[in-house]
Amino acid sequence: MTIQEIQEEIVDEFSMFDDWMQRYEYMIELGKSLPLIEEKYKVEENLIKGCQSKVWVHADLNGDKLAFSADSDAIITKGIVAILIRAYSNQHPTAILEADNKFIDEIGLKEHLSPTRANGLVSMIKQLKMYAIAYQTQLD
Amino acid sequence: MKAVANKLPLDIETIRLDFPILKRKVNGYPLVYLDNAATSQTPQQVIDVIVDYYSNYNANIHRGVHSLSQEATDKYESARKKIQQHFNVANSHEIIFTSGTTHSINLVANGFAQELEKGDEVIVSALEHHSNIVPWQMLCEKTGAILKVIPMTQEGELDMEAFHKLLSAKTKMVFVNHVSNALGTVNPIEEIIEATHKVGAAILVDGAQAAPHIKADLQALDVDFYVVSAHKICGPTGVGMLYGKEKWLNKLPPYQGGGEMIATVSFEKTTYAELPHKFEAGTPNICGGIAFGAAIDYMNAIGFKNIAAYEHQLLEYATKELLEIEGVKIYGTSKEKTAVISFNIEGLHPYDIGTIVDKLGIALRTGHHCAQPIMDFYKIPGTVRASFSFYNTFEEVDLFIGAIKKAKMMLQ
Repeated sequence: MTIQEIQEEIVDEFSMFDDWMQRYEYMIELGKSLPLIEEKYKVEENLIKGCQSKVWVHADLNGDKLAFSADSDAIITKGIVAILIRAYSNQHPTAILEADNKFIDEIGLKEHLSPTRANGLVSMIKQLKMYAIAYQTQLD
Repeated sequence: MKAVANKLPLDIETIRLDFPILKRKVNGYPLVYLDNAATSQTPQQVIDVIVDYYSNYNANIHRGVHSLSQEATDKYESARKKIQQHFNVANSHEIIFTSGTTHSINLVANGFAQELEKGDEVIVSALEHHSNIVPWQMLCEKTGAILKVIPMTQEGELDMEAFHKLLSAKTKMVFVNHVSNALGTVNPIEEIIEATHKVGAAILVDGAQAAPHIKADLQALDVDFYVVSAHKICGPTGVGMLYGKEKWLNKLPPYQGGGEMIATVSFEKTTYAELPHKFEAGTPNICGGIAFGAAIDYMNAIGFKNIAAYEHQLLEYATKELLEIEGVKIYGTSKEKTAVISFNIEGLHPYDIGTIVDKLGIALRTGHHCAQPIMDFYKIPGTVRASFSFYNTFEEVDLFIGAIKKAKMMLQ
């Protein structure tokens, strides 16, 4: 599936919910299914700056695709990371760089895009794209 | 409201009508504003003063000969006098208008660079806000002075025995807050000021968190510097005060150069204006200063004794209700504290709790509260902080407790 197809799938899933509470409960569930980062990668350089909670993200190259794993000490943040990783993991770096993030707004998590939330959703997306840039150069 | 038999010292329902913002909804729920330690809300009486200024007498002060300028100058100077009286300060020129507490602290830290030599010691407390740590660290880097820290106890109080041991002939300055923003601890500043003066050092007390709850008598305290922000006491943001004893303010150099702070200027030599203007370069926040005075009037009309008594009831009720929730741990259990509860729930991240309760219209603060050393002491990433004001109600405490329970249920 392309990133866009996965994003549409996520939007579809979230459209089933009537209120914010169901959305958050689902997000918390997703957080629990996050592909966990190996302990050895939970280091300072994998820590994303600008989050009130701690978020670590690691990337591995599988053939020509990037696989992400992550963790956070806050469960809602973990849910957000899980959604991002589901959309971007196992994709070609070029596709990751070209993807847009409108789906975040569409699933009703727009408030997490605001810099005042200090939860670092914007920083997380930036970090995933930084990995994509780094590995794209390597593939070229 | 579950049970409050005590007679309330204030008519809260009437007071709440003064605050237009308290009528609004957030995320579909009535706003429950419990982030008063970050900033307080503004009553109509203060908003009216701001509107009146821009509608009727907006002009630059201390400069013009025209009537508007005179009117604005009179109001601005009368606000300074109100602040002077409120804090029982000897002279109105000992009150310097600043942009707020942080500006006030930096002004003093900058001035003290000339007072310190390599090897001198300055003391801060472990309970400080970053704004009362970083300027002194910068000062120490610049001068070679040594920064010493008064340690804190598990209860969130200052270790006074350790403080007395830190004091010596090398001590030149002590910086401590009157009330901790992260925990609400009221520090024994009388004892700290007296002991500091005994070794011949100067002391600055950060009153930002005390001002909304305690009316400090600065002459009785005999403190050298005391700093406050207007926005914590129902005034506007971007304005505050520095109180300094006349002898210190005369001694310290100006912080910023510009208009207003000069007596004469030539390219060879500029002489500085008298106090307070020496420290008030440029066009100040005129409207803010006047509104600061109006906020002081508003708070005094309600009465600080009433405010403290009522907030204490809120604090006791909220503490009791919160502790009934399994897994709650409160940080800062000093006997003397303002209406601030900093807490965590076992196994939950403060950020998650804050996010869920915000969805329910409850405004709390989560994180390190600009006091990372305190969080490091407790070995936690941060806390959830509820801070109450005199316009909060017992019903709001119930809504807060209900929201916390709901968040706990969802997150576990």
